[in-house]
Amino acid sequence: MSGRHGIAKSRWLPAYVVVYLAFLYLPILLLPIFSFNNAAATTFPLAGFTLKWYASLWTNTVMLEAARNSLFVGICVATLSTGLGICAARALTRYRFRGREAANGLLMAPLFLPEIIVAVSLLMIILQIGMELSLATVILGQTVFCLPYAMSVLTSGFEGFDRSLEEASLDLGETAFGTFRRVTLPVVAPAIVSSLLVSFTISLDEFILAFFLSGTEPTLPVYIWGQLRFAAKLPSVLALGSIMIALSIILLTTAEIIRRRAERRIQGA
Amino acid sequence: MTALPASTIADPDAPARAHWKDSDEAKGLMLVSPTLLYALALLLLPILIVFAYSFWSQDYLTIDHSFTLDNYRTALGEPIYQDLLWRSLTISLVVSLITVMVSYPIAWFISFHGGVHKSLWLFLITVPCWTSYLLRVMSWKVILGYQGVLNTGLMSTGLIDKPVTSLLYNSNAVVITLVHSWAAFAILPIFVSLEKIDRSLIEAAHDLGDNKIRSFLRVTLPLSLPGVISAFLIVMIPTVGDYVTPKLVGGKDGVMIATAIQAQFGKGANWPLGAALSVTTMVVVSVMAGAVVLALKFFVRRIR
Amino acid sequence: MADMISIRSVSRYYGIYKALDDVSLDIGAGEFFSLLGPSGCGKTTLLRSIAGFDTPTSGDIRIDGQSVIGTPPNRRPTNMVFQNYAIFPHLNVEENVAYGLKRLKLDTAEERRRVGAALEQVRLGALGKRGANELSGGQRQRVALARALVMRPKVLLLDEPLSALDKKLREEMQVELRSLQKAVGITFILVTHDQYEALGLSDRIAVMFGGRIAQVATPKDIYQHPLTREVADFLGGMNFMKARVTGETAGELSVETHRFGNVRVSKPLGFAARDGHATLGIRPERLRVLWDDAEADHSLEGQVVDRHYFGEITHLIVDVPGMEKPLSVSETNNFGADDIPVGAPIRLAYDPDALVALRD
Repeated sequence: MSGRHGIAKSRWLPAYVVVYLAFLYLPILLLPIFSFNNAAATTFPLAGFTLKWYASLWTNTVMLEAARNSLFVGICVATLSTGLGICAARALTRYRFRGREAANGLLMAPLFLPEIIVAVSLLMIILQIGMELSLATVILGQTVFCLPYAMSVLTSGFEGFDRSLEEASLDLGETAFGTFRRVTLPVVAPAIVSSLLVSFTISLDEFILAFFLSGTEPTLPVYIWGQLRFAAKLPSVLALGSIMIALSIILLTTAEIIRRRAERRIQGA
Repeated sequence: MTALPASTIADPDAPARAHWKDSDEAKGLMLVSPTLLYALALLLLPILIVFAYSFWSQDYLTIDHSFTLDNYRTALGEPIYQDLLWRSLTISLVVSLITVMVSYPIAWFISFHGGVHKSLWLFLITVPCWTSYLLRVMSWKVILGYQGVLNTGLMSTGLIDKPVTSLLYNSNAVVITLVHSWAAFAILPIFVSLEKIDRSLIEAAHDLGDNKIRSFLRVTLPLSLPGVISAFLIVMIPTVGDYVTPKLVGGKDGVMIATAIQAQFGKGANWPLGAALSVTTMVVVSVMAGAVVLALKFFVRRIR
Repeated sequence: MADMISIRSVSRYYGIYKALDDVSLDIGAGEFFSLLGPSGCGKTTLLRSIAGFDTPTSGDIRIDGQSVIGTPPNRRPTNMVFQNYAIFPHLNVEENVAYGLKRLKLDTAEERRRVGAALEQVRLGALGKRGANELSGGQRQRVALARALVMRPKVLLLDEPLSALDKKLREEMQVELRSLQKAVGITFILVTHDQYEALGLSDRIAVMFGGRIAQVATPKDIYQHPLTREVADFLGGMNFMKARVTGETAGELSVETHRFGNVRVSKPLGFAARDGHATLGIRPERLRVLWDDAEADHSLEGQVVDRHYFGEITHLIVDVPGMEKPLSVSETNNFGADDIPVGAPIRLAYDPDALVALRD
């Protein structure tokens, strides 16, 4: 390995990578560890294994309501941002038009803005036009925020898509709609599924916009925020957090597997 | 092979000759318009409104639409806002510098030594950053707290005999937490720019007599500069307005500007001032980002 | 031969750029026709206009007597083999070939029979279940061919189908393409920038430059009697020289050259003398080395100034006093042309019939 490309791998670099990964992962792994700990305080040494914090979640109707809200918002945001993302990603990868760069810049802007400013500005316009804060306003706001991510996933999926495939389909007698159904959709489907999963995950975990725009119906992160004030509630919050982290990782891994399988198929063995 | 833009697939029902509505331009605009309108209505328009509000004033519940610079006078003149702004800028600058510096070797490692598993490495590095931000900050609070994991862990191993108080509720805690949160966002753009470097350029530098360090400084680093710059921007600008981290782990010593902005839309209920604070933060952080970019470019040019 | 394709005054503008400039062309039924030219000459735009992927700004295209202007690609009796083959990545070989047939709603047995026959035709019978990404370049091309031929088009369009293959495979596929065309008997239109491919495969060739057709002729005709200097140059080497026009009839020119004497050459279409002069050309292989004391009716003397070895032939660069430029001579190595030293005096024989007059 060393000396390839004339770039030797130094000995300390792998060690650094390990330390870095530990720095990334340990804080996240702590939550599940303490969620099974039979004590209300998050202190070492551990006090023994228990599932009671998880059990307590099932009887917590406020939390379950928040979970339902999160699920609803997540599904709507995923659908909306993927739908809008498909239009934009397709237009941007396929056509050259004036203002293309500007449009791309605007859609990607939330990545380069402090989230609080996006949240505050949305709050102002929503109250300005007299809309009530509700889950609907959370959906509207989170969709803006999810669009850049959805677009990145979709754009890379669409870029691998060769226009001559559609031409070949038309050439073989298929209509424009039939071509979309039989060629375009199957080839880009993995990118779409991937975008749905990623958007859903972001929505599920998103806090600031939900905090500003949710009114009286909290999503899970907003619910957790409310619980953080009470030290006694911490263990059940840890249990809930562990479930959410596990869910996020499962969703993201699924998205990644789908994306990579599709990439292999399109690029060939 | 023909060096021309290939025309689009003809719509089956379109008339014989190409009209504007069949052109690439029209189709592209038509297709992008739903998304674009959405972003215009819910991103650009709100930001313009914030901008407008920052020049208005508020008297209890009524908004006075006459032009005034009072909000900016308050935002820039009041010591409390000056302090908050200054601290936010310092923290975001420090966070972005540290994040880019600790992330660069990782991006370099994946790009040059990731082998066939590059995408797996990237996935491993990015997964933690996709999990809930709120939960990660909470986790740091659990780690750094007085009765937290670090203190009790160190005590049970006997390294310390009473808890260290200086871990939580200060700007260091904010910096650590933010660096942890933004790591992947810095790695990705640097990785992309490293991937674009033609490996034979580095071989050429060696061939022309540079050692490893010099070829890195004179070839790899300058060519990866665009990635480093986007990493800076993508970390620095959003962190300046971070709300959750200072609130949870910052304590009194770590309060940032977002808390003040939020207050104007909550209890304080002074939208114009909140808007002016938002605009000021954006402008100041953009200017500082621009300065950092220029400094980086200058620095790298000097090395060459 | 009845005309299968008839192109009348077709132009295609992109803004002020003329991709096609008043092109007219007739292609017969069952003909193997090539569009040959450098990048950007308009050959692909012309092919895509026939397929329906590009709409001419003006002019008419008729396929089998029917104007197809305004007819979308899916309703034209043409099928195309794309440059990158455009094999559907989510379908296997059989499904790719059956793609167009699905629209025809054939019964299952008939569909399977036609797919099988098409795969046999391109010698891929055993690979029907292979995934699209498990195919080599040559196999992908065969799938693309089968997929188009199974539709029984009146015209098969081929957009640089061989350019992605390596040399050896390309030569094999040329032979196969030619025999396939003979077997199915339909019109093939091939776009290529490779003159050997066009010469070896085609019944007729149209050479294009800058959106215009420079010449349409059989391979032999176009090689031996190029109309213009550009065409002559594109189809292999040519020694050019200036000659004074001493007489002109309807079909012939009498010219006086510096070293090739007074000759009569046939007059190219649209020829006009400039200052009483014409450009003449002679192919390098029409100049032969005269060994030892051998005599020839027409010969000239010079000196070898450079030599390039190409295996079966050697290119000699011969300086002939009185010629503006040294002559390029292509001689087989059967008689030892590769042993002629640089600097040696040399005598060259030629046939005056090999000289052609060219339009500038």
